[in-house]
Parts: sequence; structure tokens; C-alpha cells
Amino acid sequence: MEIDNLVVRYGEKAAVDGLSLTVSAGSVTAVLGPNGAGKTTTVESCEGFRRPDSGRVRVLGLDPIANHEELMPRIGVMLQEGGAWSGVRAVEMLRYVASLHAHPLDIPALVERLDLGSCGRTPYRRLSGGQKQRLSFALAILGRPEITFLDEPTTGLDPHGRREIWQLIRDLRDDGVTVVLTTHAMDEAEQLSDQVYVVSAGKVIASGTPDSLTEHHTKSLEDVYLELTAPKREN
Amino acid sequence: MATYAPQPGSAPWPRKVFAHSRMEFKLLVRNGEQLLLALVIPLGLLLLLGGTGLGDRLPLGDGPAIDQAVPRVLALAVLSSSFTSLAIATGFERRYGVIKRLGASPLSRTGLLAGKIGAVLVVQLIQLAVLIGTGFALGWKPTGGFNAVFGVILTVLCGTAAFASLGLLMAGVLRAEATLAAANLLYLLLLVGGAIMTPVDEYPAGMQGVVRLLPSAALANGLANSTVEGVIPWAAALSLALWAGVLGYLVSRTFRWD
Repeated sequence: MEIDNLVVRYGEKAAVDGLSLTVSAGSVTAVLGPNGAGKTTTVESCEGFRRPDSGRVRVLGLDPIANHEELMPRIGVMLQEGGAWSGVRAVEMLRYVASLHAHPLDIPALVERLDLGSCGRTPYRRLSGGQKQRLSFALAILGRPEITFLDEPTTGLDPHGRREIWQLIRDLRDDGVTVVLTTHAMDEAEQLSDQVYVVSAGKVIASGTPDSLTEHHTKSLEDVYLELTAPKREN
Repeated sequence: MATYAPQPGSAPWPRKVFAHSRMEFKLLVRNGEQLLLALVIPLGLLLLLGGTGLGDRLPLGDGPAIDQAVPRVLALAVLSSSFTSLAIATGFERRYGVIKRLGASPLSRTGLLAGKIGAVLVVQLIQLAVLIGTGFALGWKPTGGFNAVFGVILTVLCGTAAFASLGLLMAGVLRAEATLAAANLLYLLLLVGGAIMTPVDEYPAGMQGVVRLLPSAALANGLANSTVEGVIPWAAALSLALWAGVLGYLVSRTFRWD
């Protein structure tokens, strides 16, 4: 996947302002940055929701807008929030989305893995924040995608739930799934990713492996991040 | 041991559309307000007009009240399922991010549209069965044989195309709450002022020219002409098809998928 000099404006304001990044197949890539940095807009450009004002986006070699219908079956998407009818039951939603795919994952196994068994018949609106988050994660990997976009996958999860999701992301990578995740949690980026892009004000301000960004773990990624983002935010 | 190894692919188009129609239909049946709109209100109105003698004292048109009441209540039922329900449901689908999630799924835009239309048509089949059955029980005597059946199907399909387009147009440009309010308001306005329950001829002379052009007038008149006079209502169908064309074009230009 490749983003080259992407610019996306909402009215006058550029949410993404000349951002470039590359994701290699089978890796976990974290897009890290403060709220409003343009992370979601970047991911949404890869999913075909945002039309670039300039620049180029290619996912699996395809243009997310021009080749939308060809690309969609091959990617998985976890939205930052929502994405289900308020009255739909959790397992019903999984079955529905599975029926849109040719070779979906086994639903009972996925339900077990993501601990959704106890709320399978609960309407979406009555799920807890963590349950919604885990269901949303399940929906993003259900179609056995080549690449999955996870927009803040662990926001609102308890520590136990976070660890479970982290392990699942590692398993996905081990099985050859490319993972792109956005986060503002430093430890998440540090623990999970092969490659980190630090984004601020719509631009990549630093990138590298967690190891190189933290200078072989002599500082925490959080310090690096604060150093990088603090002066920018004073503008 | 489960593997997550990529094996992407879309289900065949008919399976996706069927799955979507089924989903929307299940959600609608679970939603009390939607059922009220789709069945309870038209059925109550039909019983009131055809079963109590009230219809004889209202300006429904010439002939036995039940013969006028059935096609006009059918028109109201079509309006509620193809327009009001669809607009409200779609508005909230956007609000809840469902449109967005489906936009990033293999369903495709045509699949979503086809699935929605499928669900509306299933609801309409049930509406027609219940209302026509009740009509016969109340002594409804339609005329026209084949022409009537063909005329009703033609008018319902053209009316659905026109009003579904109007509903999607609203849901595409307004916020969910505004769609909810506007769709209910328009339903009431058309019921009273759009020649659904009262034939165009009963309106004040100055209004008739405008009322006649409304899609609601075409829908109700088309159904009434089919079953009261036994003619195929080509003019009404053409009017509805034109509305569908114009509104459908506007939907294609304005509908947002996020």
C-alpha cells in the first residue's frame, strides 16, 4: 500500500496536507498522532471514503475510488465508532457481514476468540463500549482480508481486552494479513508495529521502526512523540 | 487451529442482495413504529372508512365507500413503506455509520440499493395481502379483471420507484432527525393535501392543477382507476416514472456514502 503526497481538505482546512507513507505486505503499521492529526482521514482515503484533493493512494495496487468495488472484498475495515444498526444482535451482524463474503471466518470460533459469546443475542445499542469495539474488530477481519484497517482498535477497552486484541493483531500478521492501525496510544504502537508513522497536522513528522524511533529503547516512544508533537501544537 | 490467512472474495451478487433484504426486513419487523406506519395505520383507516359508514360521509369519490377506500388506503400503504419508512431507516443508517460500514464491504452500492428495494417490496406484498384481504371481507368489489391486477402492480412499482427516490433523497441530504421529522410531516401532508384519500376533483378549483401533478395524486388515482374503472392507468404510471427519473437523478448526485 502506498500513499504519495496526499492532500485532503474539508473546506479551507487541510486535514491531510502532503502525507506520504508506504506499508509493506504482511507487516503491522501504526499511524500515530494526536487527535485531529489526520489519522482517520488518511485511513478513510485508503477505504475510498475521501477523494484526494491531490496526491495518490494505492491499496493492493488499486485506486480506492476508481477500483472501489474490486478493492472492497479484499480489505477489512474497523470504523472508529458505530457501523451497526441499533437493533441488530451481535451474532446476527456477524452472520450478515459473513454472507457478503466468499470465504468468511468461522463465526463461532471468532465469537469465542473475541469473547462475544455472552452478548451474542444482545441488540447493538445495549452492548458495552468494549463489546462494541470487539464486535467491530471481528467485522474487520471476518471476510479474511489481505489488508485490514483498524481505526483506534483498543480505545475504550479494559487492559485485559487490550491485550487480547494485541495478541490477535500479532496472530493476524503471523498468518500473513497486513495491518494498518491508527492509535494515540504509544505503548500500542511500540508493542505491535513493525513500522510507525508519527502524524501531526496532516503530515508525517517522523517514521521508522519502534526500535529506531526510540533510539534502541533508550527513550520511550511517548517521550519521542511529545518532543515531536509539542512545538507543532503551539502554532 | 483457526487461521486468518487471507482468502478474500465477494459472495455472489444475488446472495448479498438477499442477505441485505432479509436483514432490513428483520429489523423493520422488530421496530414497533415502523410496523405502526406500515400496517396498523392503513388497516385502521380501512376499517374506519369501509366498516363504519364514515366513508359514506367523506368525499372519497363516487360509488360505494369501500370501493374507493381500498385503492386509496393501498396508496397510503405504498407511501409509508416506500417513502416514510425507507427515508427514516436510511437516515438513521447513516447516523449509526451503517452506510459507511456497508460502503466498505463487498455489498456494493447497487447491492445496497437492490437490497433495500427488495425489503420494501416484501413489506408491500404483506401490506397488499392484508389490506386487500380486509377489503374483500368488508365487501370490496373491484372491477377490471386483468386490467385491474396489471394496473395495480404497475402503479405500485412506479410509485415505489418515485417515492423511494424521494425518501433516499431526503436521507441523503438531511440529518437523521430532520429526515425523521420531514418524512412524517410529508406523509401527513400528502395524506390530506396530496389527493391520497380525496380525489383531485374534490379540491378547490385553484388547487387542482397543482395537486394533480403530485406523485401522491398519481399513485392514488392510478390505483383507484385500476380497480374502480378497470383501466390500465398509463398516465399515472408515466407521471410516477417521470418523478422517479428526476428524483432518482438527484439521489445519484447527492447521496453521500459516509
